[in-house]
Amino acid sequence: MTEFFFLMKHELSLVLILVFLLILKIRTKPIVNSSLINVMNVVFFLNFILGWFLNKDGSLFGGMFLNSGLLAFEKNILNLGTFIICLQASSWLKDHKHVPEFYMLLISTLIGMFFMLSSGNLLMFYLGLELSTIPLAAMCNFDMEKANSSEAAMKMIMSSAFSSGILLFGISLFYGMTGTFSLLGSGYNFDGSPLQVLSFLMLFSGFAFKLSVVPFHFWTADVYEGSPVSVTSYLSVISKGAMVFVFSSVMYTTFKGIATVWYDAMVVLSILTMVVGNLFALRQNNMKRFLAFSSIAQVGYILIGISGSSESGMAASIYFILIYIFSNLGAFGVISLISSETGRESIDDYKGLYKTNPMLGWVLALSLFSLAGIPPTAGFFGKIFLLTAGAAKGNYLLITIASLNMIVSLYYYLRVIRAVFMDSNENAIEPIKSQTSIKLAIILCVAGILVTGFANGLYEYILSLSHGM
Amino acid sequence: MMLTILILLPLLTALILAMSNAKASRTVALAGSGIQLLFSLLLLQNYLTERAAGNTALFLFESSSAWFPALNINFHIGVDGISIAMILLTASVVFAGVLVSWKIEKMTKEFFLLLIILSAGAYGFFISLDLFLLFFFLEVAVIPKYLLIGIWGSGKKEYSANKLALMLMGGSALVLVGMIGMYYNSGNSFDLVHLSTFHIPFYIQKIFFPFLFIGFGVFTAIFPFHTWVPDGHSSAPTAASMFLAGISMKLGGYGCLRVATYLMPEAAQYYSGYIVLVAAIAIIYGAFATMMQTDLKYINAYSSVSHCGFVLLGIGMLTKTAITGAVLQMVSHGLMTALFFAAIGMLYERTHTRAVKELGGLMKMMPFISTVFFIAGLCSLGLPGFSGFVAEMTIFVGSWQRSGMFYHIATILACMSIVVTAVYILRATGQSVMGPVNNPKFLTLTDAHWNEKLAAGVLIVGIVAIGVMPFWLNDLVSPGAEAIYNQLSRFALLK
Repeated sequence: MTEFFFLMKHELSLVLILVFLLILKIRTKPIVNSSLINVMNVVFFLNFILGWFLNKDGSLFGGMFLNSGLLAFEKNILNLGTFIICLQASSWLKDHKHVPEFYMLLISTLIGMFFMLSSGNLLMFYLGLELSTIPLAAMCNFDMEKANSSEAAMKMIMSSAFSSGILLFGISLFYGMTGTFSLLGSGYNFDGSPLQVLSFLMLFSGFAFKLSVVPFHFWTADVYEGSPVSVTSYLSVISKGAMVFVFSSVMYTTFKGIATVWYDAMVVLSILTMVVGNLFALRQNNMKRFLAFSSIAQVGYILIGISGSSESGMAASIYFILIYIFSNLGAFGVISLISSETGRESIDDYKGLYKTNPMLGWVLALSLFSLAGIPPTAGFFGKIFLLTAGAAKGNYLLITIASLNMIVSLYYYLRVIRAVFMDSNENAIEPIKSQTSIKLAIILCVAGILVTGFANGLYEYILSLSHGM
Repeated sequence: MMLTILILLPLLTALILAMSNAKASRTVALAGSGIQLLFSLLLLQNYLTERAAGNTALFLFESSSAWFPALNINFHIGVDGISIAMILLTASVVFAGVLVSWKIEKMTKEFFLLLIILSAGAYGFFISLDLFLLFFFLEVAVIPKYLLIGIWGSGKKEYSANKLALMLMGGSALVLVGMIGMYYNSGNSFDLVHLSTFHIPFYIQKIFFPFLFIGFGVFTAIFPFHTWVPDGHSSAPTAASMFLAGISMKLGGYGCLRVATYLMPEAAQYYSGYIVLVAAIAIIYGAFATMMQTDLKYINAYSSVSHCGFVLLGIGMLTKTAITGAVLQMVSHGLMTALFFAAIGMLYERTHTRAVKELGGLMKMMPFISTVFFIAGLCSLGLPGFSGFVAEMTIFVGSWQRSGMFYHIATILACMSIVVTAVYILRATGQSVMGPVNNPKFLTLTDAHWNEKLAAGVLIVGIVAIGVMPFWLNDLVSPGAEAIYNQLSRFALLK
């Protein structure tokens, strides 16, 4: 019985918070937003810290639910990201009418993701997936008075329903072939027969939808643009991160037998994703859309790392996600602050930002450089390790295309840098005073961007965790 | 230990700069770069004592500590004579660069901060013995340039800054591919010393040599990837131009030599004809393109394309003398072009024009600056007594040693470009500082201040020291050049 608590520790602590919020909501006394936000920030922080202790490896419910050092680490990363997002959301939430609901939805999706990560069975995986997407659609609609927020939610729910359908088709084929839903040790030999390939491709496209891999990316930009900034950052960082974790482990454990199709699908889609994501990002003017396409391109790099199909590929993609959380949240932190204080989101509005808000200018620059993979930021290490892992199979053409894509991406990141540092603007964004919580979030991100790359122990640690895979 | 300090000093300076205010920043930057210059001289002295004591190891002050052990990436540093020469060059140029930017007013602190970070990248690059580390520092030295040009530049600065950043990043992307290729074909190692003993199969070398050579070549303005040079140099503020032409272009030359040629000797021989060809084109084309320029900065920028062609020519010829000459040319051109840009900057600051036609007769009002300008010009055209002569002469002698009609013709053509150089240099310097005063406004202008005199002084001392006593630099760099040459003859392809 005690094992149950240890193994499901991450999920149980989130459920506890959820129950606490429900009770709070039932009380008749109105809730003071600012105090609730502060309490929640502390709670998320504690949740993140507690995640590091008392972890146990093992499985529950006959292999339905698994836990291991690697999974616990992945959950901790997601906890950290959620904590930072909550800090950043404070200035947006403080005047919102439905603060407890926001947290409830947020926690529900996070629980869903944790179950998805821990699933040892496709049914459990599907349950977790749905639990994580449906509340997310409600979160997209959280700026209820805005029409494009509702549009975003609608697009989100439609596309995820569609992708779930494909995924379920793949799962049923999988079940038909193997006679089991188990992802591990089904004893079934994958040798690449047509039915297996079909099932694999169906599952793969289901994942691709969630990861917004080209050509399954069409929902991404509109959803990102319409959602409130904090939800966008949650979508682009946490939701994507969890998907990458599950994707890589499913690809590595279950489908490794279908070697050729597996590899070809990875390579073709990673090239498509990088190229299309980068080319579309070139033309964007809205910061959120711009980051949406840049994050599509980033997934392309992750696929390269995974395609190396080695422990170092797995470790590199997890390491990259950790770095990506810091860099993307650094950028989103600035955008979220500016958007909630001034409501301005276009790149042109950022002209002359450095003159009025030098600190924000530096933070944005640092985050974008990290996304572009410029040293000494952590993004450099993340990208190089991904490419190095991806080259393990000797596909240097793929690496060449990826590194040329990095130049294209640099072009559009520099466009923002140029607006911030070089262009002058009479109507520049006023100096913004930020709350302590937002400052804290930004400091965390900047520290992460600067330190993660040099913290070589971290990479080694992730690698040692990936050994079991 | 000494090399670690060499990296830490600029980082410390940058840290203090980040915390200081705008007013104090220039003093901090000057102190930091001054200490760094003294420290580089100390490093030279230690190096010479060590060598005199009979230490014949290729790399001195070597130290290696694990960085990412799982990927076999080490923090491996060490220097040979070539690196020491490059470090000295960097230290002098950065010191002079800080001095000539003394009066900068717009975002002073950020300016010096970026300049110092840039220099940290260059120092790190020259002491790295691990390709990953080398690549890290190579990229560190790109983005500050973008900001320096884009924020403090003049003319179409955004365009130039973008072009420069993208082309240089393109170069480094190619380097990355070459580097990863070598990694997987040498038993997973980025280590330069290990790679030099490991014999990478020839067919692999043939694939990855172009990536590395062209990648680094972009930095050193290899034809046809030289187009960032004129725009970048002319738009950059004085100190950034000095750094760009003086050091940044040398990163490429050093990389071509140390990484591409040294680690893939057979491919270097296989491709040497092509290298000589593009180098010769760059030399001739650069020289003739300079003739057409009317803007002083463009003149120097295009002449840099031509002069860096000599570096590539020396590398491509693959003889010991030519390789030594290439290194000498890197140092010489670094000092000379930095001096040239410093002088142009000083003139521009006073006259607010860089067009040769609008200047004239400046010698009367500004004897010091005009003399500096003249010295830089004379060094550029290879007058004996200055460093340019020594370097170019060595390259020509070395190039002639390579047998074969094609190489002889290339050498002759390269020699002939000296005449063209003389034409444009004498015309530019003559028209701008000699003759009658064209513009009456110039009559009230004042000569150099202490900071400008000191900056020019440091660079001129270097130029003359090499020009009058070339042996010390020659002795310093030739063991390194010899090691590269030995590598080439060990895996001889031709013969």
